[in-house]
Amino acid sequence: MELFRLILKNTMRHPLRSILTVLGIAIAISAFGLIRTVIGAWYSGVEASAPNRLVTRNAVSLGFSLPLAYKEAIRGIPGVADVTYAHWFGGIYIDEKHSQFPQFAVNTENFPEIYPEFQLPPEQKAAFKQQRNAAIVGRKLAERFNWKVGDIIQMRGMIFPGEWEFVIRGIYKGAQKSTDETQFIFHYEYLDEKLKQTEPWRAGNVGWYVVKVKDPKQAAEVAEAIDRRFKNSLAETLTETERAFVLGFISMSETILVALRIISMVIIGVILLVLSNTMAMTARERLSEYAVLKTLGFGARHLIFLIVGESLLIALSGGLLGIFITYPAAHGFERAMGDAMGAIFPAFEVAPITQMICAMMAVLVGLAASFFPTWRAVQVRIVDGLRRVG
Amino acid sequence: MADPLIELIEVSKSYRRDTLEIPVLQNITMNVPEGEFLALMGPSGSGKTTLLNLIAGIDRPTRGVLRVAGTELGALTETDLARWRSRTIGFIFQFYNLLPVLTALENVELPLLLTPLSKQERREHAAVALELVGLADRVHHYPKQLSGGQEQRVAIARAIVTDPPLLVADEPTGDLDRVSAEEIMNLLGRLNTEYGKTVVMVTHDPRAAERAKTIRHLDKGSFA
Repeated sequence: MELFRLILKNTMRHPLRSILTVLGIAIAISAFGLIRTVIGAWYSGVEASAPNRLVTRNAVSLGFSLPLAYKEAIRGIPGVADVTYAHWFGGIYIDEKHSQFPQFAVNTENFPEIYPEFQLPPEQKAAFKQQRNAAIVGRKLAERFNWKVGDIIQMRGMIFPGEWEFVIRGIYKGAQKSTDETQFIFHYEYLDEKLKQTEPWRAGNVGWYVVKVKDPKQAAEVAEAIDRRFKNSLAETLTETERAFVLGFISMSETILVALRIISMVIIGVILLVLSNTMAMTARERLSEYAVLKTLGFGARHLIFLIVGESLLIALSGGLLGIFITYPAAHGFERAMGDAMGAIFPAFEVAPITQMICAMMAVLVGLAASFFPTWRAVQVRIVDGLRRVG
Repeated sequence: MADPLIELIEVSKSYRRDTLEIPVLQNITMNVPEGEFLALMGPSGSGKTTLLNLIAGIDRPTRGVLRVAGTELGALTETDLARWRSRTIGFIFQFYNLLPVLTALENVELPLLLTPLSKQERREHAAVALELVGLADRVHHYPKQLSGGQEQRVAIARAIVTDPPLLVADEPTGDLDRVSAEEIMNLLGRLNTEYGKTVVMVTHDPRAAERAKTIRHLDKGSFA
């Protein structure tokens, strides 16, 4: 019989209490993991951003466009390797509920080259470039609507009124897990030509430019040079790294994220209280046993090993179970979110770092919950523990 | 006369409650030779368990010199005192104080975890101790599966498994029926006479005290 076996036996002394505590910790850790996954998914666009890409938009706001003529001017700025552009489309597919996915009109000449993380078979890339109303869609979006190459998609324009017809010529896959696979991308020329016919005053403008820099270390200087170039023009620009651009979007939801972070820490606090209560009860019940162990010659380090070990065993059992059930919980969350999932969280996965944080939290809770019972057991005088004075 | 195993010189013990100091033992001087079987008797609150605790090194005197098995206990740190106890003292409690989650064998093995013995050796020592107290057929029983007398015999096996020179027993028959009490006293008698263990026992039971070689009476913290 080793002391570790005594820990195991002590843990199962009150099976119902231990099992309920483990389940409580598991549910809490799972909730913590799920919230961390949601927060992580929110930031997945930041992770996916490239360090060698800048985004140039109208300095007033994203709601204002920039002249197409800026393209060549930007290309001529030192440090710029390539430049492409995009325009937010905002069409309705079937109805509003089904239309919560990003739709962009892009410059097809070099868009696939500037965004290599959108992986497209060469023949599909060629087909996309050749046909004016061709579109490429992300794998997740195609799965969501069961779209196949060759399908014709009808949309009703909200920002750009009218009926729009597209032909799917490619389905891209993300190079990384964080790559957004929910986008709908089509030719800017298709949009612009139609605008020239219906609303000519809106033609010749783009939503933003994506600038590929030769050296990411020069990104700040290039961004400054671009903005300087268009200073005092009719449409002044604001250029920032792609990361900053995405973070700008996320900051709009900052309050929700802060609330989620607070909730996740409250959950950890609750499980700390649950386990602390269990360990305090346990230590109180066993005070005379600890006194007997001390009487037999066991020292403080043995008691610390027994109590901290039991607390850690319960916390880690709950933590590991919690990490395990985070996966079905995340899957259930995805299903519950339904169609909106892809629009809000392009990449939603329980990350290894989340598992590590959950495990760390379980260890911290186990250690913290054992602090007071251990201190009490170590401090109590043997005669007081035995509660017998002659 | 044999050398004293236990030597108390002017030992006093008092407890403090708030500002009040409550004397429990006053100027106790006593020698207990090796091989003695001493019964400490006295009314409740007379200080006999406190005296036993001091001798066993689980409490410290307020004043005086206490030397047991050649060691001056007042000079030891808590860690050294714990180590000393594990080598020198075997404890027998009134309510046995076995760990309920451990079998008889595991309970007896417990003090051996502090020794450098291998697992196999520990098992063998514990089995021999249980055999000595007549429980060879109960090694895998849990305390709740044993009678009170059997539990106390397991506690005695735990007390002797490290082969300490001194056994201290606090009301060892206090929770037992007459037959079981008789068995326990026979066992303590054997440990004293056959194995040379020095036994210091606190008891209220005159029948148990009769089995001792010496009886000392305490009253209001002093020997009567």
